[in-house]
Amino acid sequence: MLHCNMLTAVREDRILFKELSFIINPGEIVQVAGPNGVGKTTLFRLIIGLSSPYSGEILWQGCSIFEQRESFHRQLLYLGHKTGIKPELTPLENLQFFHKLHVTEEDVDLWHVLALVGLAGYEDVSTAQLSAGQQRRVALARLWMNDCPLWVLDEPFTAIDKSGIKVLQSLFVKHAQRGGMVLLTTHQDMTINSSLFRKVELQHFAAGEEYV
Amino acid sequence: MPRVKNMFNAFFQVIVKELTGAFRHRSDILNPVWFFIIVVTLFPLGIGTDPALLQRIAPGIVWVAALLAALLSFERLFKDDYIDGSLEQLMLAPYPLAWLVSAKVLAHWLLTGLPVLLVSPLLAAFLALDINTYFALFLTLLIGTPILSLLGAIGVALTVGLRKGGILLSLIMLPLCIPILIFSTMAIDAAAYGQSYIGLLALLGAMLIAAITLAPFAIAAALRVSVS
Repeated sequence: MLHCNMLTAVREDRILFKELSFIINPGEIVQVAGPNGVGKTTLFRLIIGLSSPYSGEILWQGCSIFEQRESFHRQLLYLGHKTGIKPELTPLENLQFFHKLHVTEEDVDLWHVLALVGLAGYEDVSTAQLSAGQQRRVALARLWMNDCPLWVLDEPFTAIDKSGIKVLQSLFVKHAQRGGMVLLTTHQDMTINSSLFRKVELQHFAAGEEYV
Repeated sequence: MPRVKNMFNAFFQVIVKELTGAFRHRSDILNPVWFFIIVVTLFPLGIGTDPALLQRIAPGIVWVAALLAALLSFERLFKDDYIDGSLEQLMLAPYPLAWLVSAKVLAHWLLTGLPVLLVSPLLAAFLALDINTYFALFLTLLIGTPILSLLGAIGVALTVGLRKGGILLSLIMLPLCIPILIFSTMAIDAAAYGQSYIGLLALLGAMLIAAITLAPFAIAAALRVSVS
């Protein structure tokens, strides 16, 4: 369970949102919605512990994430705007690195994972030569090869085609049904008609023109 | 025990990834070494080929050139990773950040410090060094270049979020390197006069050990500030 408690974020002395509280329980897909600049990416960077909030706290299983950084990160998969994929390495090498670094228990067939995201035949091409959408797919392939309960995805559908988006949405539902949590932002319309899915409107917590 | 094994595995994976990436971009490895060779060869061309004079100034030349070459190569230590997001992912890996950045620094030394060591015999010939002096030069480079990598990594970690961090990096880095420069050139000078230089090497070794134990924590802390 991830619990954001009274979060306030500040950028350049301006309050982005204040006293934001919400809980994500296992088996939920939560979309953080709001217009550009409202602080979605800032919120995500707070949640994963890359930056610290102006006030408030983030609790994972009831404990602050800063007190259990390593075990929290073991259970977290984050994909940001910047994908973390090395352009000079091949898609296969990129996945191998993430797979071996995180040492999941089960043995994953990375060739199969690449085929699942539509990159069969591109395993040995350097990632820099792939299209934007294909590069994104290399990063998204990590979703198929991890056992982290919490997925934090910042704009996962950028540059992904319609059929790809469908596949991803059904993967999110499957993950939630297994007891996982998905937190994402997107400007696309989500077509998940499920009790698992809900939205958090970040704009309701926006502070207007307030400064600290 | 599996935890320790996983940590060493992560360390190894980071090194493998760095080296594979670097061998795809060979110019990244070769350019600093070329720069090092060219700077050193400029001196005999500029001030004449009198062996006595060259021997006298050789330690300073080689060390300043090594320092500048190292400075050139620091940018790629974290900058690319910062741009493509790998740095964020490294910080989100379930291992201590100080441990993983140590792996990156070791990989950086293997790619930039080691080549400098390997070409140093050539430069010894250029600068008319005798074998004893060259041996001292080699030892100071062996102990000194890892310190440069570690100190440089702190500077890069501090400036990685800035758009034009290059010149600032030099301003932070170069003063920190002065002690290494002083003790290294003193050791080489002592060797040239046939004196014992083991004490100076021991001092350098002490600096290396202090840098290995403390710098990773400084790098990790600096990265957390830069990336947030």
